[in-house]
Amino acid sequence: MTELLQLVIGGLANGCIYGLVALGFVLIYKASEGVNFAQGDMMMLGAFIALGLGNSEQLGLPFAIAVPLAVVIMFGVGWGVERVIVRQLFGQPQFALVILTIALGFVFRFVAGSIWGYTPLVLETPFAGMNMRAGGIVISVADLIAIGVTLVLTVALWAFFAFTQIGLAAQAASQNQMAAYIVGVPVMRVNSLIWGLSGAVATVGGVLYATRGAIDPNIGLLGIKAFAAAVIGGLGSLPGALLGGLIIGIIEPVAGRYAPGEFAKMSPYIIMLLVLVTRPGGLFSQIQMKKV
Amino acid sequence: MRVVFKTSYDSDIDLHEHGADRLRTALLLGLMAVLPFLVGDYYLAEATNTLIWALAGMGLMIAVGHTGQVSLGHAAFLAIGAYTDAALMNAGLPFYLALPAAGLAAGLFGALIAIPAVRMSGIYLAIATLAVFVIVEELVIMLEPITGGVGGIMAPSITLFGVSFDRYAALTNFYWLVLGIVALVTWGYANLMRSPTGRSFLAVRDSEVSARALGINVTRTRALAFGLSSGVTGLAGALMGHFIGFFNYELFSVIISINLLLVVTIGGLGSIQGAFLGAILITGMPQLIAILRDGVNANFGIDLGGIPGLDTMVFSMILIGFIIFEPAGLYGRWRKIRVWLETFPLARRDMFRRHKTYLKTERMK
Repeated sequence: MTELLQLVIGGLANGCIYGLVALGFVLIYKASEGVNFAQGDMMMLGAFIALGLGNSEQLGLPFAIAVPLAVVIMFGVGWGVERVIVRQLFGQPQFALVILTIALGFVFRFVAGSIWGYTPLVLETPFAGMNMRAGGIVISVADLIAIGVTLVLTVALWAFFAFTQIGLAAQAASQNQMAAYIVGVPVMRVNSLIWGLSGAVATVGGVLYATRGAIDPNIGLLGIKAFAAAVIGGLGSLPGALLGGLIIGIIEPVAGRYAPGEFAKMSPYIIMLLVLVTRPGGLFSQIQMKKV
Repeated sequence: MRVVFKTSYDSDIDLHEHGADRLRTALLLGLMAVLPFLVGDYYLAEATNTLIWALAGMGLMIAVGHTGQVSLGHAAFLAIGAYTDAALMNAGLPFYLALPAAGLAAGLFGALIAIPAVRMSGIYLAIATLAVFVIVEELVIMLEPITGGVGGIMAPSITLFGVSFDRYAALTNFYWLVLGIVALVTWGYANLMRSPTGRSFLAVRDSEVSARALGINVTRTRALAFGLSSGVTGLAGALMGHFIGFFNYELFSVIISINLLLVVTIGGLGSIQGAFLGAILITGMPQLIAILRDGVNANFGIDLGGIPGLDTMVFSMILIGFIIFEPAGLYGRWRKIRVWLETFPLARRDMFRRHKTYLKTERMK
């Protein structure tokens, strides 16, 4: 029983990181109904920038300064990518963006690989190796921080879309670009902002990931799993993304413990296929019947 | 500009618009047939590889280019084709039975997963295919008795009616075999696209609602297109297995899926020629990069070989360039040049203006 509980708590923290990357997908999907397949690589890049700023043998800034700075830099990267590249595709089919962002992901991976190399690196954190004990269960502080930060960020983003003017404008832009433009929503600028925001969220996810283990330029592939999380929750729903992330995060270690090894790897995708077949819009579906 | 005088209604759907067109195709085929006498073994092997990639590209083109179904998991069908073919031949079946069986297995599997998947559209289908790819990859590792698991499997050499078609011992024969299969599939594909079935693919791609209004069974059409697509890709997978000789699951990585997508996008979506142009680019580019790299190293003393992942980087940049500046791909660019030449000096800038669509969704939140 304690073993299962231990697995679930580790899974929760893992799931929060999946959830954060999934939030990045959802943000962009909510604003432009596009899918950014480079989200996982943005997370990787964010983690590496924080590492480059904070680690003692690199720039050596204090952790509390390095991380916010990395978030700001990645906001700029996200903004810039939209402004310079993605905007060129305005008015093109969705499919173009999928291929473009896959290619962008490779570019990010190459950039990180040529700056920081392909050997795994460890981010130095003030709370590395700190643990808490409750009953027979050991909880690392990094896990607790991951869970806490994710919850706060999800609520903040949900409030951003539900209550602020820009958030509402972003939703309008995704539901009907032309109409939103006509009523005065600066569609292009809103898109840039959302891309910047998703870059920032990805960085937070990346830093949390890095606090729990070593990172190398290929951790961006985690994006595929996070993507499954976003789909399970229903693309376009922020709480759904978090829930999807948690489901995957918990199922994975539990399946890995009680089922053959390959099942653990397959489990996120099997769940995703099941959800897609039974509820094509995801658990928090936002799609209505198509009207002609 | 050539004016074609049509004397029957049938000539509207002829495979070749006029005699010169037919002659060009015959010349190309003839040139490809005598290629083994013109080039050495190394380039012949490269040409074979290109043909196999073109076959796989044609497979994906049916789904992406002609039916509008994006697939990020076509490497899965390559794998199914390759493993079915190798396993059947290892069990003693001759090649002429194993190859169609490989295509059939991949096609049936494709159609099977397409039936639930076609209910989803656009991005969801792409995701579902990605999931299927991961599952197939893990299944390959799990089904060790058939697939050899992580260790891999040997594709036996091909012998047909006493003639060896081994990839190393009789490369010329193997090349002709591949060329024959590719030519047959291309011919079938071109004919499919002028049949009612092929036209219904296009209708579904361009507007699902109108296609349904015209009495097309959208779900069946999509499943059929996806099945055909994966079947052709399965054939390519079987040939790829024979070409590589010894392979394991790593041959069919997600990178291969993406490269296939590159083939059809860079080549030109919605044209058979595009699959060939894309395949030439994707198989020729690593060679070109290697030659350039050696040149840079020899002339400037800069060793680019020390930078890992440079090839992928160059590919990605080319892809980004195409998506932004020429979404119609190489074939689309060639058509523009041809029209410009044919109508000289009457071509206008807006003749090929891109049609823009603005996003409208059914989401309520």
